[in-house]
Amino acid sequence: MRVLVCMSYIPDTTTKIRFREDNTQLDDTSIQWVINPWDELALTRAVELKEDAGTPVDEVEIVMVGGVRCEPILRKGLAIGADKATRIDVEPLDAFQTATQLAAYMQGKDCGFIVCGIESGDYNEAAVGGMLAELLDYASVSSVSSVQFDGVTPIYQRDVANGKEQVKVDGPAVLIVQKGFARVPKIPNMRGIMTARSKPLDVIPAIQAEPLVEFVEYAAPPSKGGVKMLNTPEELVRSLSDEAKLI
Amino acid sequence: MNFQLTEEQIMIQQAARDYAQRELIQDVIERDEKAIYPTEHIRNLAELGFLGMLVDPQYDGGGMDTVSYVLAMEELSKVDSSVGVIISVNNSLVCFGLEKYGTEEQKEKYLKPLARGEVTGAFLLSEPGAGSDATSQQTKAIDMGDHYLVNGVKNWITNGHTASVYLLIAQTDPAKGHHGINALIVDRHAEGITVGPHENKMGMRSSDTHSVQFTDVKVPKENRIGEDGFGFKFAMKTLEGGRIGIASQALGIASGAYELARKYAMERKTFGKPIIRHQAIAFKLADMATEIEAARFLCLKAAWLKDQGQPYGIASAMAKQYAADMAMRVTTEAVQIHGGYGYVKEYHVERLMRDAKLTQIYEGTSEIQKVVVSRAIESGNI
Repeated sequence: MRVLVCMSYIPDTTTKIRFREDNTQLDDTSIQWVINPWDELALTRAVELKEDAGTPVDEVEIVMVGGVRCEPILRKGLAIGADKATRIDVEPLDAFQTATQLAAYMQGKDCGFIVCGIESGDYNEAAVGGMLAELLDYASVSSVSSVQFDGVTPIYQRDVANGKEQVKVDGPAVLIVQKGFARVPKIPNMRGIMTARSKPLDVIPAIQAEPLVEFVEYAAPPSKGGVKMLNTPEELVRSLSDEAKLI
Repeated sequence: MNFQLTEEQIMIQQAARDYAQRELIQDVIERDEKAIYPTEHIRNLAELGFLGMLVDPQYDGGGMDTVSYVLAMEELSKVDSSVGVIISVNNSLVCFGLEKYGTEEQKEKYLKPLARGEVTGAFLLSEPGAGSDATSQQTKAIDMGDHYLVNGVKNWITNGHTASVYLLIAQTDPAKGHHGINALIVDRHAEGITVGPHENKMGMRSSDTHSVQFTDVKVPKENRIGEDGFGFKFAMKTLEGGRIGIASQALGIASGAYELARKYAMERKTFGKPIIRHQAIAFKLADMATEIEAARFLCLKAAWLKDQGQPYGIASAMAKQYAADMAMRVTTEAVQIHGGYGYVKEYHVERLMRDAKLTQIYEGTSEIQKVVVSRAIESGNI
């Protein structure tokens, strides 16, 4: 069984975010790009399922919408344990355009299920997974915490209020996953890093797809106030009482 | 000249950073305080391939270049230099020595499990009376025909207790001076070996350092590395590569301390502004950053020369001496920038300062590195 993992790339979380063109575009000079953390967890679990001889998963493919600059990210995905990577050669502009590109590639493709991280750590829209399921006419299963198998049929466990829910769907589903799907992102080992270059990384042309969203303006949050270091509990009480007027 | 790292090198750097910042950091203070060997971390790092990362995949290693090794050592040592030295000894002394000079049978039997990280190794050169003066070996390996009979004491042995494989340097024929020295592969559990108590060290406290006593230990002849009398040259050649590991470890200790000091200097306010805006602190940080960068280039240059198959002994001596002395300066300043907080364990920099000291001493003191460099100057090689 093949599992498709949607992967996006985001600025490293320590990046100092700046804007250009009158705050209408992200200044991406000197940004270090990393795998979106939720997608990294999705890939980790997919690779764990493949490595578990008790599951029918035998192939993991990662799919990314992005320009050539995201290829090191895909190589890292291959080093973590994906068997194949596909890059759809266009910059992602919004959730709809991204989901449309993914759907065009995935439509009719033989796979057990598709996994998407719940959102990307930069725009936090949490929209691509749901849109992708709709465009493919597949079931969308959100908040998936684990996947088990009844023979070759996947059973998805969902986290719901005060409990768990088990879901079985006809045909492939798009799983929208968050923290908990895997414990921690898998760190690639030396063998994985060495073999990543010999694994297939296909680049396919994008289809015509226009974004629905225009980003009008970005604004950075107001800078935080300074931190005051206090040395004694008495200073803390005095500070909360006299300065912050909280007690 | 190309300063651009390859995709693989960046991935290894990130893998080491991820493991250090996510896992090693969790219990590093407790392991230092109680001198606990990092058993589980070494197992995890073995699974990731760090224990034998320089060894050819033919012998179950990672097949990485020395530049990648420098990058990994720096990242791991930023957080825990005890883990750094365990990996350095295994990679650049034990595995390197066996891979470069061992027979196919020795590699099959000893190198492969070491490269897979299933076991670790130790390098036994120093003695109570033979540290920097490594030619004065008192440990005897008497040729008994089909085996050597070993008697003597080795000191300051990293991985002394936990290692399964010892590379032992011992004197077979004192009349031949250092040409009478041999290098032997010894099973740590062989009869007649007594491991001394754990040394209660100032720094690098979670690496296990012991003395090892040999009493009538029989070592098969086939466990000798190289020809009869090759042991001293073997030790010196192996230490050339070992210096790159320790230089990178010192680099990591310094850059770890610098990153903490920088963060602290941006948060801590005195006289109404972050202390980084006081020139006294800002200039300290500028000096630290510049010296770290200089040490990094020395380490990478030595590693690059080794990867290119060019002589690297002088470059590795320069890197080790400069990086170790720099690490001592930088960590001392990092404690100073932290003020009182720097003197307590919670803020990490005092540990890094204690750890830095050892990099000036082991695998060739800073003074010995200067001997190497100054002799190269005298002989016209620099």
